[in-house]
Amino acid sequence: MRPRRGPLVPLLLVLLLFWLVGYPLVLTLLEALGAPHWTLAHFGEFARRPAEWAALGASLWISLATVALAALVGVPLAFVFERREFPGRRLLGSLVALPVALPPLIGVIAFLFLYGESGFASRGIQAALRLSAPPWRLSGPAAILLVHAYSMYVYFYTFTRAGLARLDGSLLEAAQSLGAGRGRVLGAVTLPLLLPALSGAALLTFMTSLASFSAPYVFGGSFRVMTTQIVASKLNGDDALAMVETVTLAAVGLVGLWLLRRLEGTRSAAGGVRGVAPRRRVVGTGRWAATAAGWGLAVFLLAPHATLLLVSFVPRDTWTTEALPPVLSTGNYRALFADPVRLTPIVNSLWMASAATALAIVLGLAAAIVAARRRGAWGGAIEGLVAAPWALPGTVFAVALAAAFSVRAPWAGRFVLVGTAAILPLGYLVRSLPLTGRAAFAGLRQMDPALEEAAASLGASRALRLRRIVLPHVRPALAAGASLAFLAAIGDFVVSIVLYTYDTRPISIEILSSLRIQEIGVAAAYGVLLTALSAAAFLVWGRREG
Amino acid sequence: MSDFLRLEGLEKRFGETAVTRGVSLSAARGEIVALLGPSGSGKTTVLRLVAGFEVPDAGRIRVEGEDVTDLPPERRRFGMVFQHYALFPHMTVGENVAFGLRAGGAAAGETRERVTETLSLVGLAGFEDRRVTEISGGQQQRVALARALAPSPRVLLLDEPLSNLDPALRDRTRRELKRAIRKVGITTLFVTHEQEEAFELGDRVAVLHRGRLEQIGTPEALFERPATRFVASFIGRSSVLPAVWSGGARLEGEVVWPAEAGAPPTEGASVDLVVRPDALLLAAAPRKDGLAGTVVERRYAGRIAFYRVATGAGEVEVLAAADAAREGDPVVVAPAPSGPLPLAFARESEP
Repeated sequence: MRPRRGPLVPLLLVLLLFWLVGYPLVLTLLEALGAPHWTLAHFGEFARRPAEWAALGASLWISLATVALAALVGVPLAFVFERREFPGRRLLGSLVALPVALPPLIGVIAFLFLYGESGFASRGIQAALRLSAPPWRLSGPAAILLVHAYSMYVYFYTFTRAGLARLDGSLLEAAQSLGAGRGRVLGAVTLPLLLPALSGAALLTFMTSLASFSAPYVFGGSFRVMTTQIVASKLNGDDALAMVETVTLAAVGLVGLWLLRRLEGTRSAAGGVRGVAPRRRVVGTGRWAATAAGWGLAVFLLAPHATLLLVSFVPRDTWTTEALPPVLSTGNYRALFADPVRLTPIVNSLWMASAATALAIVLGLAAAIVAARRRGAWGGAIEGLVAAPWALPGTVFAVALAAAFSVRAPWAGRFVLVGTAAILPLGYLVRSLPLTGRAAFAGLRQMDPALEEAAASLGASRALRLRRIVLPHVRPALAAGASLAFLAAIGDFVVSIVLYTYDTRPISIEILSSLRIQEIGVAAAYGVLLTALSAAAFLVWGRREG
Repeated sequence: MSDFLRLEGLEKRFGETAVTRGVSLSAARGEIVALLGPSGSGKTTVLRLVAGFEVPDAGRIRVEGEDVTDLPPERRRFGMVFQHYALFPHMTVGENVAFGLRAGGAAAGETRERVTETLSLVGLAGFEDRRVTEISGGQQQRVALARALAPSPRVLLLDEPLSNLDPALRDRTRRELKRAIRKVGITTLFVTHEQEEAFELGDRVAVLHRGRLEQIGTPEALFERPATRFVASFIGRSSVLPAVWSGGARLEGEVVWPAEAGAPPTEGASVDLVVRPDALLLAAAPRKDGLAGTVVERRYAGRIAFYRVATGAGEVEVLAAADAAREGDPVVVAPAPSGPLPLAFARESEP
C-alpha cells in the first residue's frame, strides 16, 4: 500500500533532526580537534592534567557506587511492596516511585533542607544533644552519593517490581514443589529471572548518575565530576578543554547506550511469561514486619519532600535555632506571584517548556511516521537521531548547543541563538525529543498496519487516515511521552545553567539564586511549585497509561 | 493399604466465595485419580491444596497416614506438572530435571544418573543440554513430567497436563503419559475438564461441581449409574428435560416416558429428566409416547448422526441412522425400547 514518493520529506526531516541533534555534537568534536587547524593538542592537554583524570574517575566511581546503593534501597523495597500485603501498600507504592518524576534539583534542595547543616534533621539532633555546631556537614562525594541513592533507587524499585509482577508464579511453585526452600527459590529462580530487569535498572542508574549535574554542583564543592568539570571549564573560558571534556563524557555515555541496547536484545530471550504472579502474602508476624518496613521506608524516602513543603511555609529569618519552625505562613507563595521579578521565572519556565513540548510532539510524531513508512537506512537514521539525546548527558548537549549557536554562519546552518529567547526552548526540545519520539515510535508499532490499509481501501486520503486512524492510535502513547517531555523541560537545570540569560531564567535557576541570597523559604516555595507542576504532568501520564 | 492418599473434608474460601466445600476422597497406592469438572468447579484448587500452594480453611490431607496439611510444599515430596509446565527458562533441560534432586541435596553423580534415567523414561534421552525454549510443546510437557518425577515423589499431581498441546499431539502424549506413570507406579491425582482424558487416564474419576464432589467412581460407574443430575448430564452428551413425576416422567403435552430414579420422587414432584441420545429414536409417525418436533441440527458421524430436535418439551439430542432425517424435517421423538432408561432427578433449586 505504501505509495512510493520521492525521498524529499524524509530527507528534509533527517536534515532538520541532524541540524538539531547531530550537528552541534559534530561541531563540538571539531572544536575539540581544533578545526580547522587539526590538532590533538587539546586532548593532550586533557590527558596531562591530573584534575581531568580525577573528574573522569570520580564520575565513574560515583556512578558505580550509586548503582550499588540504589540497588540496596530499591530492590528490597520492591520485594516488600510487590510480595507483601499491608495497609496503605497501594498508595505508598506509587508515592515512593514519585521522586524519579521530580526534577533532580528538587531532590537536591529537599535533601539540603532535611539533612543540610541547617536542615531539619541536623537541627533536631543539634537541639536534642545540645551541640554547639551542626552534627555533620553535607558536602563532597558522600553527600552526592546519598542524594543519588535517594532519587535513583526508583529505577531499581520500578524495574524490580515490574519484573516480579511479570514473573510466572508457577515457576516459584514448581521450585517449591521440588523441595526448594525460600532461599533456594530466591537464589536459583527469582533472582536469575529478574536479572534482565536488574541489569536494565543498573545501566539506567549508571547513565543517570553519569549525567547527574545538580547534586555534584550543589554538594560537590571542590570535588568535581565530569559534568561539573565541563561547566567549570566553560565558565573559566577554557572552551577548547570544555569541548574535549564534553566529547569524553559523550563517549562514555555512548558506550553505556551500546551496552543497554545489547541488554534489550537479550531480554526477550528470558522465556515466555505465563500464569499469574504469586498472591501477596498476608500472614501473621510477617504482616507486621511488612507494614513496618513498608511504612518506615516510605516515610524515610519521602521525608525530604515533606521537609521541602514545610520549609516553603517558613517566613524569612523566623527559623533560627529552634528544632521546629516557630512561624508558618503562605507569605513565600504570595511573594512568588505578587512580585513581577519572582513571577518572571515561572512564566518563563511555563512557556519555554510548553513550546519545547509542542515542538517535540510534532517532530517526534513526524519522525515516527516517516520512519515507519520507510524502513531501512532512512528509518534507521531518523530513529537514531531521535534517540541520541537520551543517551548523552544534558551537559553535553548544553555545551554543544552553546558552541554551535554562538556563531553567525547562515550558509553553514549556524545562527547566533545564544543569549536569545530561542536557545533554551531549543535545548529543552532536543532533550525532550527522545521522550516524545520513542513514545510515537512505540505507539505506531503497536498499531496493526492493516487498519490503515483498510481505511485506504475504503477510500480515505492520507490526511484523513492520519487524522482518523493513526492519531487516535498513537495519542495515548504520545500523551505519555509529552507529559514526560514537559516534566523534563520544566524541571531542567543542566541545560539551563549553561544557556540561560537573566531575562530567560527558568524556575530552577531562580531556586539556586534564592538559596544563594538566603531566601530559603522562597526557594522552597519555587521547589514545591515545580514539584506540583511535575506531579500534575506525572499524574496525567499515569492516567493515560492506566 | 487402600488409602495411600486421603483428602478429608477440604474447604477453601477466597474472600466470600467457597471454592471447595468439604471435598473428601482417597486414592490407593499407584492409583490414578482424575479430578473432572467444568471451569470454576474447584478442581484446580483441590490440586493446589494437595500440593500445599493453598492452605485449607478446614480439612486434612494425609499420605500414608502422615498428616501433611501444615507442611509447606517444599517438604511434602509431591511432584507437580503445571498446566503451562513452568519450566525454568534460564536453565537447560538437564538443569530443570536436576533442580529437585539438587534441592534435596543429592550428590552430583547420583543427580546426573537420575536425570539421564528420568529423561529416558519420558523418551528424551540426550536432551540434557537443550534449552527449554528450543524444544517443542510436547517435549516441554515431557520435561515437566521428568522434572516432577526425578526426585521420586510420593504423589504426582498434574494440572491439565495436556491442555497446552494441539489435538493431534494430545492423543499420543496421553498414551505416553499413562505408560510413564504406570511404569513408575506412582499415585497420581490429575485435573482435567475433558471427559475423554479423565476416562482414558483415570482408574477412577472424581466429578466436581461448584466446589463439591458429586461422585467418584470408575468411568463405567459414572456412565451407567450417575449419582446426581449434574453427573448424569455432564458425562456423555445427555439432554435435560423438565418433567413431573407420575410413575414415569410426564413431559409437556401429557406425554409420559418411562424413567428410572435413584431416590423415587414423590408423585407430582418436579423432576429433571436426563436423556442420553441413544435412549431415543426418531419415529416415522405420531404415537402416544412421541414428542413432535423439528430437526434444528444434524451432525453426521459416519453411519449414524446426532440430531438436535426442538420439541414442545425442550431440545433433545437423538442418535439415529445417518439418513433418518434432514435439517428442518418434522419428526417424532420417542424412547427407544432397547436404549438405557432416562434418569429422573428431583429438581434442584439452584442458586
